[in-house]
Amino acid sequence: MNAAARAERTLRGRVAVVGIGETDYYRHGASPDPEFKLALKAILAACGDAGIDPRDIDGFASYSEERSEASRLAAALGTRRLRAATMQWGGGGGGCCAAVANAAASIIAGLADCVVVFRSLAQGQYGRFGQATGIDTISGEKAYLMPYGVLAPPQRFAMRVRRYMHEHGVKQEALRAIALASYHHAQSNPRAVMYGKPLDESKYDASRWIAEPFHLYDCCMENDGAAALVLVPAERAKEFKNTPVYVLGAAVGSGYRTGAIPHNSPRYASASFDTVAPDLYAMAGLGPSDVGVVQCYENFTGGVVMALAEHGFFKPEEANEFLKFENLMAPSGRLPLNTSGGNLAECYMHGFELVLEAVRQVRGVSTSQAKRNDVAMVIGGPMVTPVSNLLLGSEATL
Amino acid sequence: MSSNRRLTYLPDGLPIPVAEPDGLSAPYWAGLRRNRLMVQRCGHCTTWQFGPEWICHRCYAFDPEWTEIDPQGRIFSWERVWHPSHPVLKQHGPYLAVLVEIPHAGSVRMVGNLLGDPMQNISIGAQVEGVFEHHLSSDPPYSLLHWRLSSAL
Repeated sequence: MNAAARAERTLRGRVAVVGIGETDYYRHGASPDPEFKLALKAILAACGDAGIDPRDIDGFASYSEERSEASRLAAALGTRRLRAATMQWGGGGGGCCAAVANAAASIIAGLADCVVVFRSLAQGQYGRFGQATGIDTISGEKAYLMPYGVLAPPQRFAMRVRRYMHEHGVKQEALRAIALASYHHAQSNPRAVMYGKPLDESKYDASRWIAEPFHLYDCCMENDGAAALVLVPAERAKEFKNTPVYVLGAAVGSGYRTGAIPHNSPRYASASFDTVAPDLYAMAGLGPSDVGVVQCYENFTGGVVMALAEHGFFKPEEANEFLKFENLMAPSGRLPLNTSGGNLAECYMHGFELVLEAVRQVRGVSTSQAKRNDVAMVIGGPMVTPVSNLLLGSEATL
Repeated sequence: MSSNRRLTYLPDGLPIPVAEPDGLSAPYWAGLRRNRLMVQRCGHCTTWQFGPEWICHRCYAFDPEWTEIDPQGRIFSWERVWHPSHPVLKQHGPYLAVLVEIPHAGSVRMVGNLLGDPMQNISIGAQVEGVFEHHLSSDPPYSLLHWRLSSAL
């Protein structure tokens, strides 16, 4: 790398994913293991996949108020030297790509050499997002919502999606196509919690409303499990046994006053990527037509509609035409989407299962492999703030 | 509301809204208790702001003033909630939440329930009027602001 390239402020091509691993994925409450043990198992699996001694990990990165904290992991794993410990602010899956970006930045800045990025989650042990119990008084944003029965995430995001559908004429069928794609891909993925439980149009249409416009199948599952990856400097990528998968770009954040509560974001009917998507493409030097496969966080299908439009795959007014089941299927749909089953049907690992699936796509080992797999996108946490996204690519894309 | 419904739109037992420990939203909640809708309006640059903050996001004047506004607006978005995400809502049935935009106050928005038939058709843009709902026997007592269609008055 010459001096000019070294001075360029980018993640592009500087780090590589060399290992991935996850635990079995469980329905919420069904994990036989405590949450911290799940984290350890996923990290050891990722190290095993890479062929690296876990003692050589020198950093941990996570997000969403991760409870398995870096120093405890370092002690448990006998980490020789802990050099990076980064947590991304914000709940849910907004940070699933930001955690990778933060780890990449640590490596590129010379703060660490081998960082594990992970998420562990045992909702059965620590409470679910979907139920609001044991709260007597509430203040801040939730005080303006919860007393009106706007308690859980489906209720917090339904009005945002309804407004978007109103502004752009998006139909329920567009949301349905996203759910069908996730479930379709999960049927090929033995890791998926919904493996062997297919979904079709009539089953979707007949499913109960959670909060209109969300049917049951528009909402993510709640699960137990853990997932992890190992990130190293690009110079070291070929020391490991797997085909390296390079970070081509990442971006984090949200636009002007997206965080104005309650529901006072100026661009309300948005997935929060209005500034973040252009940043990602600029860093990667790529555009939507270069992307062969997308993993997009489905907290709710409506968020996927908005996020894909904000990443330039179609205009909002084209959503009904673009978001058809056949367009979203691997291997040869226009844009294979959520090829592991994602949050709806593989596992709600707060989107980290999506990051691992993007790595599998670039490696060429997905259970629903896309034909175009040199550039894979991950979109994290639509409609929250901060959100984040990630482009991964093969060596040929560097 | 039909006469056989309970006095409050949703049953008691949902989380009770209180101001933050630093008191940021205290004037808002105190206003609702007195049937007054209070939002921030910067005394320096007249920018409207809701939810409240300790600074005006436009001119950076601290402690924006609280101003009473007419509780009238129009429906910006809505949802019909079916799944009970709290034990007290089990067996309750569907209910409506609306996001109301208040054009005469810088188009700030607030969430409330839309009174009346939970199965009614809703039009985005419909005019609505505020209805204060007091929970005086609650501990601590508090008040909410709901909405009803102006055309239903």
